[in-house]
Amino acid sequence: MEKIAKGESKMECNNTERKYLTVNPLKTCQPLGAVWACLGIHQCMPHSHGSQGCTSYLRMQLTRHFREFIPTTTSSFSEAQVVFGGVGNLKQAIRNILSIYKPKVIGISTTCSAETIGDDVPGTINEMRASGEIPEDVKVFTASTPSYVGSHVTGFSNMVKSAVETFAKKSSPNGKINIIPGLLSPGDLREIKRILKIMGIDAIILPDISDVLDAPMTGEIHLYQKGGTTISEIEDMGNSIATIVLGREAGIAPAESLNEMYNVPYEVLPLPIGISNVDKFIMKLSEITGKPIPYELEEERGRLVDMMLDAHAHWYNKKAAVFGDPDIVEAIVGYANDLGINVLYALTGTYSSEWEKTVKSMVPDAYVSSDNDLWYLKEQLDKKPVDMLFGNSHGKYLAKEYDLPLLRVGFPILDRANLQHFPIVGYKGTAWLVERTGNTLLDYKDAKSPEHLLELIM
Amino acid sequence: MIERNHTQDYMMESPVEKNKKLIEDITDSYPKKVSKERKTHLVVIDPSEEQHIMADVATIPGIMTNRGCSYAGAKGVVFGPVKDILHLTHGPIGCGYYTWDTRRNLAEPEEGYNYFIKNCFSTNMQEKDVVFGGEKKLYGAIKEAYEIFKPKVIGIYATCPVGLIGDDIKAVAKRAEEELGIKVITVSCEGYKGVSQSAGHHLASNTLIMDIVGTKELENPTPYDINIFGEYNIGGDVWLVKDLLQKIGYRVVSVFTGDSKYDDLAKAHRAKLSILMCHRSINYTNRMMEEKFGVPWLKVNYIGITSTIESLREMAKFFDDPMIYENTEKVIEEELMKIKPRLDYYKERLKGKRAILFVGGSRAHHYQDLLKDIGMETIVAGYEFAHRDDYEGRKIIPEIKEAPHHKILDTYHFERVTEPAYPKEKIEEMKSKMPDHFMNYEGMMVHMEEGSIVIDDFNHHETEELIKALKPDIFLSGIKDRYVFQKMGVPSRQIHSYDYSGPYSSFEGAVNFARDMDMAINNPIWKEVTPPWKK
Repeated sequence: MEKIAKGESKMECNNTERKYLTVNPLKTCQPLGAVWACLGIHQCMPHSHGSQGCTSYLRMQLTRHFREFIPTTTSSFSEAQVVFGGVGNLKQAIRNILSIYKPKVIGISTTCSAETIGDDVPGTINEMRASGEIPEDVKVFTASTPSYVGSHVTGFSNMVKSAVETFAKKSSPNGKINIIPGLLSPGDLREIKRILKIMGIDAIILPDISDVLDAPMTGEIHLYQKGGTTISEIEDMGNSIATIVLGREAGIAPAESLNEMYNVPYEVLPLPIGISNVDKFIMKLSEITGKPIPYELEEERGRLVDMMLDAHAHWYNKKAAVFGDPDIVEAIVGYANDLGINVLYALTGTYSSEWEKTVKSMVPDAYVSSDNDLWYLKEQLDKKPVDMLFGNSHGKYLAKEYDLPLLRVGFPILDRANLQHFPIVGYKGTAWLVERTGNTLLDYKDAKSPEHLLELIM
Repeated sequence: MIERNHTQDYMMESPVEKNKKLIEDITDSYPKKVSKERKTHLVVIDPSEEQHIMADVATIPGIMTNRGCSYAGAKGVVFGPVKDILHLTHGPIGCGYYTWDTRRNLAEPEEGYNYFIKNCFSTNMQEKDVVFGGEKKLYGAIKEAYEIFKPKVIGIYATCPVGLIGDDIKAVAKRAEEELGIKVITVSCEGYKGVSQSAGHHLASNTLIMDIVGTKELENPTPYDINIFGEYNIGGDVWLVKDLLQKIGYRVVSVFTGDSKYDDLAKAHRAKLSILMCHRSINYTNRMMEEKFGVPWLKVNYIGITSTIESLREMAKFFDDPMIYENTEKVIEEELMKIKPRLDYYKERLKGKRAILFVGGSRAHHYQDLLKDIGMETIVAGYEFAHRDDYEGRKIIPEIKEAPHHKILDTYHFERVTEPAYPKEKIEEMKSKMPDHFMNYEGMMVHMEEGSIVIDDFNHHETEELIKALKPDIFLSGIKDRYVFQKMGVPSRQIHSYDYSGPYSSFEGAVNFARDMDMAINNPIWKEVTPPWKK
């Protein structure tokens, strides 16, 4: 529509250093990440203890990203609860959830209002458990996740940590490995499971949103889909050989807990996106389990190298900015290094000095910042431009303003369909990302070419 | 996959009896206390009874509701669309983030005015701000916003922790106004206030009337100056309507608040009439503007062809001017001619299709009119955050009991400060000529067919049961329940965001809507849900 297209006009402004104001954030709040984690647990109802707007908003955002149903209940605070406490509402909510939605697990996270007034959520659950109101076969775990601490990434991490601390046990060794996959898409999880199968490795993945947020269209309604990590699997995590953390920021906390509680060693790896990151993952799997790397994977790798060679001219030496959640940014920076793309900016909104150190070591000449926003990137692009953007949908306005191709990766992707079904992890997923990278740049080149310079052979 | 064979279900009992039994069954499956409460929110239309519905009361904890919060109503709905205000959310990051370009209130940049609505501004409150207070950060953020973006107006919207820790946002705003010489408005719309978005609408209206409307004078007033209220320009709705109104001879002074500027809102008190689309979100301002400035209002509906025509004719009746009468009829005739062939095509394809309609504001009413125009039927309609007057009409307002959550929402009354444009007699005459719409609203329920179902604050469980029992041809709601019922085999469309389509207003919009209904219902992919080897 013509009227909308005019909206691309540049905004006049002065660039200044900001100390108090955030403009166009690269993070959202803890409760969203907490609910995301709960969705990857089998038959779990995520419950958000606090005001109902929080739940409405995060359900909206997750639904738009996944294009799937996001069940979540709320304690629906009103003035009375913030004055007199929200425990009464929590109890009422639990009773209703048990009776109406019949979950096997309830994952309770908190929002700002509940945390500010200081409701005792674990105490309330213990009380309801003791009185028999919560039956034994329904498991409950809780995490403190106000929006004024961390980001959706820490919310995810806190919720997974709580699941592990609440349920994991130690009995006899199971010969399995644990994988904490962070905020990956259902397609990515499916690919990780395929790799594990090829290698013959038995693993417990927590959380696992495949078969939950990519359920097939059947004409039937299911409040809970067939997927998700089961409680008995989580219980078994204390018996595993080791834990592999894919993405430090979202996953190291639960791995540390398992280590402290049950001496399960852990390895922190980047998300397996990009050939070197996938190599690290495959070799670590082999090292931990003693299983050889099958030739089938070597072939996949070989095909990927072939594709990268065939298309290298399309991206080599391009300058890029990468933004989004910390773990995906780190992985994409590695991917860019593999391709010979120069990353000038790597930005996230979730603060972590460890992350900054790691990413800085990968791209020493880039601007790397973990407590930042997209307005900062805009200001920098005026001074030092790039050729392309890697990031979430929020980058589309920058892409428009600076006339840049945007390769959509990470969360949220609100303006393109079906991407969450296609993996970007593993050799096969990376191959698909390579295809998108090269051909996006070629589409862009074609769109910019005058007619007489439009070429058939590229 | 749901088989859509409507006739056999309706052979035995009357629709009223059958559906009364159905809602009994659905609510009986709840725990006792919930059941008792929910029964008062479901009504089967039965003309033989005097019928009432419960609304605007606290959501039951643990029930999967679609309702949002006060902040959503104030910042998200009412103020968010104003394109040249720099909207600054004072709070932790989530609230500002979720209202960042997530509502389709389209707006066009204008020469000489700021355009901020594609950006998200937040104080990104941290734990130390919650412990030690957030006023310093708020002031700092206002100052930085001023230095970087040079706004003429900044809007401050409070989120849950702000009220709980007692930040005085009004004092910070006042200091900033004095020191920076710009306008800073505030809305204390903490999310826990009230029971839904509705509280935020109320609070936003208070800010509109106390701080904005009436603060600027309208240049060159004309006898045909109007305001459009409760119109947020989703998918470009107001652009179609403005074109029609301008063709007839009206001048639109301001739109509250789709594609609007601060200055337009400030001059709204000089219009001769306000037309009101979404009754729920902003009727407070209409009442207060009538009291303070004598601007009368007319409830209109330009979603649907028949209702657009009725609304245009009622507007003409108010202005009672030969030029307006003539142009109104001319525009109606022209528009009907333009859309007829296309509309007929879709009507044929949509004949007799049955819809469930769950949308906030006044849309569950408005879209029934449009569905009827394209040959479809509404079998269930419900609101998310409406009050009883949205269902039963404003006549019920004196009977609504004050609930605890109403006490926190200040209700202001005003003495007249200007000479009104029209004498009292004219106003009274209009009230008698247009009793349903002139400074009044008859509500949704009176328009609904016998046996159809009305739901307040619908939730997942009830929706699922209703869909299973009634097997609608389409489910029209919002994003949160769009995909679950689609997976059940029911075509589904978002009527909050128009599923990224639209505009749906007036004549051309009706064709767009019919096209989208056809696309949803008659899509070839529905045939593929069951694999051929299982058929």
